[in-house]
Order: sequence, then C-alpha cells, then structure tokens
Amino acid sequence: MRSFSLADFLSLLSALQWTGVLVLIALGFGAPLALALALMRTSARRALRWTATAFLQIVQGVPLLGLLMFFYFGMPVFLGVEMSPLVAVGIAMTVYTASFLGEIWRGGIEAVKHEQWEAAACLGLSTWHQFRYVIAPQAFRMALPPTVGFLVQLIKGTSLASIVGFVELARAGQLVSAATFQPLLVYSIVAAIYFAACLPLTLWARSLEARLNGAR
Amino acid sequence: MQTLNFQQLLRYQDQLIDGTLHTLLLTLVAAVIGTAIGVAGAAAVRSGPRPVRWAIRGYVELIRNTPSLIQLFVVFFVLPGFGLRMGAFEAAAIALGLYFGAYCTEIVRAGLDAIPGSQVEAGQCLGLTRWQVFRHVVLPPALRSVYPAFTSQFVLLLLGTSLASQISAEELFHTGGFIETRTYRSFEVYAVICGIYFALVMSFKLLFAAVGRLAFRWPVRR
Repeated sequence: MRSFSLADFLSLLSALQWTGVLVLIALGFGAPLALALALMRTSARRALRWTATAFLQIVQGVPLLGLLMFFYFGMPVFLGVEMSPLVAVGIAMTVYTASFLGEIWRGGIEAVKHEQWEAAACLGLSTWHQFRYVIAPQAFRMALPPTVGFLVQLIKGTSLASIVGFVELARAGQLVSAATFQPLLVYSIVAAIYFAACLPLTLWARSLEARLNGAR
Repeated sequence: MQTLNFQQLLRYQDQLIDGTLHTLLLTLVAAVIGTAIGVAGAAAVRSGPRPVRWAIRGYVELIRNTPSLIQLFVVFFVLPGFGLRMGAFEAAAIALGLYFGAYCTEIVRAGLDAIPGSQVEAGQCLGLTRWQVFRHVVLPPALRSVYPAFTSQFVLLLLGTSLASQISAEELFHTGGFIETRTYRSFEVYAVICGIYFALVMSFKLLFAAVGRLAFRWPVRR
C-alpha cells in the first residue's frame, strides 16, 4: 500500500489517451457504417429499411456491456480465434456508434422536406447527387448538435472497456485505487477527468443547438 | 468453431429468472428515485432560489458528463465512508437513481418550458386557481411532451442497470458471469443474457407505445 502521488495522477492522464484511441476507432469505423444505416433506413426499398431497422433495434435493445462481453468472450470461443481486447472492444464500440449515429442522422435526413428531393430530381440530379448536394448539407445542420451530444455518450461508454481488461481511464482508475486503497479519491479524480473531457462537448452541443435551430 | 450447446444453461433457469427480476426491481427503484428527483429538480430549477438552482445545474452537468460506471464506484465507496453500511444492490439503486434523476430533471424542465406563458395567463384570466391552472392547463400538455423522452430514458436506464454487476449487485448480468464461470459456455451465456435484455426492452417499448396511444394519443399526428 502506498499513498496517492503525482505519478498516479500522471498514469491516469496517460490512460486517457487510450480512451481517445477507442473514441477514434469507434468514430472511424462507426461513422461510415452509420451513414450507410441512415441511408438504408430512408431508402425506398423495404428490404433495406427492414434490415437496418432490425440491426438498430437489436443493438439498441442490448446493453453496451452485453455487446462488449459478447465480442470479447463469446465470439472468440465460438469462432475459435484469439481476439485482442482492442479488436473486441473496437468492434463493440463500432457497432454501438453505428446504431446510435445512424438513428441521429436518419432523423436529420428525414427532417429535410421531401419536396427538396423532388426539386433536386427536377434539376436532373442523380439520386446520389440529390443526397450529396441538396439533402446532406441541410441534414448535417440539423444532425450536428445531437451528433456532438452523442460524442459525450461515446466517451462515457468507453469506460466499459475497463471491464474486459482494456486499460483506459476507468481501468487505470481501478488499478491505482487497488494500489493506494483510496477508492473515493481516485474515482473522484477519474470522474473529474471525464468531466473535463465531456463538458466542453456538452456546452458546444448546446450552443450549436441554440444557433442552428434558432436560425430556422 | 465450436457447436452451440444451450442444454447446460437450462439448469440455471432459476438463477436467470431471479437475475431478471432483480434487474426489473433495480430499474423500477432507480426510476422511482430518479423521477422524484427529476420533478423536484425541475420545479426548483424553475422557481427555486438562486443557490438551489445552481446546485441542481451542477448536479445535472456532473452526472451527464461522467460515466455511470464511475458514478457507481463513487457511490459504492462513499456510503461506507459516512458509516452507511449497505449492500451492492442498495448502492446501485442509489447511484442509478441519481443518474436517472439528472436526465429526468432535464426532461421535466424541457416539458414545462414547452408550455407558453400565455397559456398560463389565459388560465388565470378564466379565474382558475393556481392549482387548477397547474392541473388543467400545464400538466396535461407537459406530460404529453415529456412522455417520449421519459420512456426512452427509462429504456436506457434498464440497459444501464447491467453496470451494477460491476459492484457485484446480483442482477441479470451478474447472473451471466456466474453461469459463465460454471459452464464455460461464454457465447451461449451472453447470447441468452442479451436476448433477455432485448425481450425486456421490446416489451417495455410496446407497452409504452400502447399507453402513449391510449393516454396521450401519441405519436401525435398532424
């Protein structure tokens, strides 16, 4: 047993970079998937809509912890492959991000009036160009505040990676807490670090909402 | 690749049912605590003295910008420090109640803010008492506008109770870990656990949609 020192604080801060890595992985793989889901959900083809809806309902009907456990413990045993914590957590966070961002972006796309699609079609644009040049810019404006808000959920969600042994901020907190026997102090500091990382995003989302929706 | 074997899980039927009931109980207790905090918090933020308003704002932002897992740990380690001896389940109920309360405060506040002041004035002009204005003018539309956000937050709370397993509260996810260590059927165990959560969430979603249609004619059609 030792007392909490500056070195412990620095180890917590350096674990924050792994939280950042997880967020980047989730966004990097999840965002394109989310766009695909949003387009599928707004598609005219029933089969596409239903596939995307089923995926969303399942992922959003299961705890993130469940996704993590399933990909970390379940899949490797079933498929007979080794999976590093980073890969397992990366897959779970990607699926989670895709489903929530997909819904947010679908909301943005549907909020654009249907006449806009028709007007763009009248100009002779292809379906992709209608989306790319007419719908997407307007949908982006409306979806931006909740997208930033979701980033906060995502940062908080990465804390669950600690449960499968991935050493990010929350896990580093557990390790330091176990070494110093000062759980209250350590977890308060960990909470403060998360708070410092999330609050600016929350405030940004709020100001975006006031600005972008107020202008309409 | 290994073959699926759900047979072994059948022996743990009782534990699974028990875990599911504990998850439901934890969700309901946290929802009751949180809703009470939410209503009181929203009322205080709208019309309380300034220090109270600031304190509630601080609480809401603190909860909304930190992971629930860390909140659970903090509550779990704080309570014994104040001489409060309690089990993991009680600590989880308090932590999740505080978590739900913060989101509820925002939801209720937004619902009350959505009612134009002119409607309240119109009610007063008709000679209604303060209570009558609240009961007949403010409450019905507020409940209606709060309902969708409240129900989806409730579903998130239900899913969030899975974190309580990390402080050894014996809910559904904890049961999953228990069965896994005895059977080594990780894939089947987590598939079944996730399946139960999914079934619970779907049942609540259908129930909420039915109640919404009956009570509020929601979703609102224009």
